[in-house]
Amino acid sequence: MSTPRVPPATAGAEALRRPASPRELFVAFTLLALQGFGGVIVVAQRVLCEDKRWLKSTEFVEMLSIGQVIPGPNVCNVALMLGDRFFGWRGAVAALGGLLTVPFGIVLALVAIYARWAASPAIAGALRGMGAVSAGLIAGTALKLAQSLRFNPLGVPACVVLGAAAFVLVGVLRLPLAWALPAVGAVACGLAWRRVDGGPR
Amino acid sequence: MTRLAWAVLLCQILLLSLLQIGGALAIAPDLHRLVVERLALVTDAQFAASVAIAQASPGPNTLYVAVLGFQASGLAGAVAMQAAVLLPSSMLAILVGRWGNARPERRVVLAFKAGMAPITIALLAATSWIIVAETPGWRHVLLAATAAVAVWRTRVHILWLMAAGAIAGAFAWI
Repeated sequence: MSTPRVPPATAGAEALRRPASPRELFVAFTLLALQGFGGVIVVAQRVLCEDKRWLKSTEFVEMLSIGQVIPGPNVCNVALMLGDRFFGWRGAVAALGGLLTVPFGIVLALVAIYARWAASPAIAGALRGMGAVSAGLIAGTALKLAQSLRFNPLGVPACVVLGAAAFVLVGVLRLPLAWALPAVGAVACGLAWRRVDGGPR
Repeated sequence: MTRLAWAVLLCQILLLSLLQIGGALAIAPDLHRLVVERLALVTDAQFAASVAIAQASPGPNTLYVAVLGFQASGLAGAVAMQAAVLLPSSMLAILVGRWGNARPERRVVLAFKAGMAPITIALLAATSWIIVAETPGWRHVLLAATAAVAVWRTRVHILWLMAAGAIAGAFAWI
């Protein structure tokens, strides 16, 4: 499977590829972590689905869904599952190691200089600006991934209603994810349970 | 701090690892209680700075745990606390991923994938909304909306967008 021959494209998507080695995973995750300020998931979606084409958008959403309901940082969980899928535990270690090793060094270096720069209004302003951009990037990624919902067995109207409910509970009413997620998730998976069986799929 | 106290602390962090529903920052209040209030390993200000630095730095936010460990006890503390907070959740992620991967056509797996997809995407939108709503004013909303359209519709590099935001902020436009 590590030959350049790729599996056939499905559902109109371009052909998927796979990483050649755990080392390629490590390098790819290092590079994407270094681009991810305040939202590695945005870069991860772009690199994994669009640049490398290791995952379809729907597969990315599936991994992120699992990453969200189990404990742990979402993007770390995605890296672990992706790495494990291609190369077993070596791949998982390579992907997570890539995500963490260099940023670990950078963040500790920043501790040393933070005290000196934190009071600077220009630095504080720059961080504010980057915060606003990262919020926008996350929203843009959500819009991009939402296009994959057209193929969801729930159907688009149900997806919109469930998504809106989750958005209002967590984003507007600020309910803790630990029980908002099981609540909406149970309804959504219950509905999906009835749709995925019986009909042609 | 004694070795025993460290061992106890790391065991507590191993447990907290499995409570990180919704991301690394979900256990921040519990960690705060542990390392600031109970053990006084770091000060309140150091704790807040740890979270701020990790968010401003490239890489996953979970690295605020490494910063806490570093401030408490240098490099060894950073490695030990970061490893403790990731190990249990990582094992679980791999196990769950394998379980689902081995049974792609099972009804419960299909229902989970289909049901959770719209919610996962909505939670990204909610995260974005929470960040935007934190700051008053409209200019940063405009900046965020521009970034959203740019990443959605164009192939412009994410670092350019970040740099534009940093410059706009540094010159006090937002």
